[in-house]
Amino acid sequence: MPTTSPAPAEAPGGDAQPPRGEPGAAAVLGRPAAGAFVAPALLLIAAFLVFPALWTLYLGLTDYRLTGAAAVNPSFVGLDNYTQALSDPQFRNSLVVTALFVFGSAVIGQTFLGFALAWTMRDWRSPLRSVVEVLVIVAWILPGSVVAFLWIAFLDGQSGTLNALLGGVDTEWLLETPLLAVIVFNTWRGTAFSMLLYGAALSAVPPSHLETARLAGASAFQQLRDVVLPTIRGHILTSLLLISLWTFNDFTPYLLTRGGPNFRTDVLPVFIFRNAISSGQLGYGAAISTVVLGVNLVIALFYLRLLRERT
Amino acid sequence: MGGWLRLVAARVGFSAFVALAAAFFALPMLWLVFAPFDPTPTLAARPAGPTLANFRDVFQNPLVLTSLRNSVLLALYAMVLVVAAATLAAYALSRVHLPGRDLLLYVLLLFSSVVSGTAAMVPLFLLVFELGLINTYLGVTLVLTGGLLPAAIFILKDFTDTTPTSYEESARVFGASPFQILRDIVVPLVRPGMAVIAVWSIVNVWGNFLIPFILLRDPDLAPASVVTYSFYTEGGQADLRLLSAFSLLYSVPVVVMYLFVQRRYGFRFYGGIKR
Repeated sequence: MPTTSPAPAEAPGGDAQPPRGEPGAAAVLGRPAAGAFVAPALLLIAAFLVFPALWTLYLGLTDYRLTGAAAVNPSFVGLDNYTQALSDPQFRNSLVVTALFVFGSAVIGQTFLGFALAWTMRDWRSPLRSVVEVLVIVAWILPGSVVAFLWIAFLDGQSGTLNALLGGVDTEWLLETPLLAVIVFNTWRGTAFSMLLYGAALSAVPPSHLETARLAGASAFQQLRDVVLPTIRGHILTSLLLISLWTFNDFTPYLLTRGGPNFRTDVLPVFIFRNAISSGQLGYGAAISTVVLGVNLVIALFYLRLLRERT
Repeated sequence: MGGWLRLVAARVGFSAFVALAAAFFALPMLWLVFAPFDPTPTLAARPAGPTLANFRDVFQNPLVLTSLRNSVLLALYAMVLVVAAATLAAYALSRVHLPGRDLLLYVLLLFSSVVSGTAAMVPLFLLVFELGLINTYLGVTLVLTGGLLPAAIFILKDFTDTTPTSYEESARVFGASPFQILRDIVVPLVRPGMAVIAVWSIVNVWGNFLIPFILLRDPDLAPASVVTYSFYTEGGQADLRLLSAFSLLYSVPVVVMYLFVQRRYGFRFYGGIKR
C-alpha cells in the first residue's frame, strides 16, 4: 500500500558534507563497533534485496521451471526467453496495457486530480477541507484487498452503487470497460500522494509573487502558468517519476480483475505472476522481471538525479 | 458587474468541483460503512439495520480470527526486525564516516526503489524456496524486512543526525560500551523516529498482499490481506455478511495508526519505495 513510500526528502549523498557532530564522532563510536551495528541491516538488505535483483538477471537466461526436468537441472538458454517474449503476442499486449494503465492512472489521473485538489483547496479555510482530504487519504491507506472488493461492489452490474446513481443501467463495467475501470480505480486509490505533495509545494510558493501577479491583472490561469508551475516544476517531476514507478509495479489490478477478461487488464506484474508463479515458467518470468527492473532503474536514476540537483 | 458575475461563477465552479471530487472518493467507501451493519447485505451501498450480528459471526469464524492473528504476528515480527536493524545501522552511519558511506546510502536507496516485490517475485520465491522457508513467517518476515530497511535507515538517520553527541562523549569517557550508549542515551532521544518507523512498517506489512500470497501456501497461515481476497474469489458466492464485517475490522487498525502518526508527527515527505 502506498502509505508506504518512504525514502529521504534530502539527497542521499555524493557531495559529502560532514554531518553535525562528526569531528568528535570517532570518540563516540569506534569503527569496529560501527561495522557491527551496520552489519545486520546490510546482511538483510544484501540477501533479500540486492541478491534477488542480481539473481533475476541470471535466471532470465535459463529455462528454469517450477516442476519437471528443467526444475532439477535448468540449463542456460542465452537470450531465448527474450526472443520468446518479443514474439509472444500476450507480452506485447501486456506492454500496451501497462503503458495505458501507467499513463492513464498515474500521469493523467493522479497527477491532474491531485494537483486540481491541492490548487482549488489551497486557500480554503473550512472544516470541510479536512473532510475532503481525509476521504482522499483513506482511499490511499485502506488495505489493497479491501479496496479491490469495494470497487468490485461499486462497479457491479446488478446492484452496484455506480449503476444505481446512473439511473438503473446494468453495465458490467469490469467486463465491458475493464482497463478504464482499473485506471479510474487506481486514480482513486493513489491521488492522495499527489494531492499532499502538491499541497506542500503550493504552500511554499511565495504569496508575494502571487500578489504581484494579481495586482498586474493576471487571471487565475495566468498566475498558475507563469508563477506557480515554474516554482513547483521540481515537485511535479518528482511526483510524476515516483507515481509512475509505483503504478508500473502495482499488483493491485490483479485483485480486481486477475488480468482479465481476455487479458485486457494484464499489466506486467500480473503477466509475470501468471507466467512465473502460476504456470511455473520461472526463467521466462525472470526475463520479463529483468525488463521491469531495467525500466525501474531508468526512472529511479532520473529521480535521484533530480533529488541531487535540488539540494 | 462583470467582476461580480465572474466571482459567483468561480465560487460555483469551485463548489461543484470539490463536491464532485468528494463524491468520487466517498461513494466507493459507502459500502464499507453500511454493509457491515446490514442484516442482509448486498453489493449495494444502502443504510439498513443497524445490527452487530455480522461481527458476532466474524468472531465465531475460526479462519477469520486466525488470519487477523497472523497479520498481527507478521506485522510485529517485521516491525521488531526493521526497527532494531535500522536503529543500529542509522546510529552507526550517522556517527562514523565509514569509507564509501555516502555511496552506500545512494546505492541502497536505488535498490530499494528499483527492486519491487513484483519485479523480484521470481527470485524471492526461489530464494525462500531454496532456504526451505516456504510456509513460514520467517521467510515472509525476512523478505519484507529486506525491502523496508533502506527507507527505514534513511528516515531514522534524519533523526540520529540531529541529536547532540556531547552526552555520548561523556558516557564514553566514563567507560560505557557502544551498545550501552545506544540503549541508554541514543534510543531515548530518537524514540519519535523509531515510532514513525514502527508504525510505518506495521502499516506496510498489514496491507501487503503479494509476498504472503506467494510465500504462504497453507490457508491456516494466511494473513488477513490474503483471506479477504480468498473470501470473494473462492468458493462461489461470497458471504457478504462475513466479508463486510471482516473488511471493516481489518481496515480500522491501519486508518487509526495512520491518523495517529499524522496528528502526532505531521506529514513528511519521503518518496521512494513501495512494494
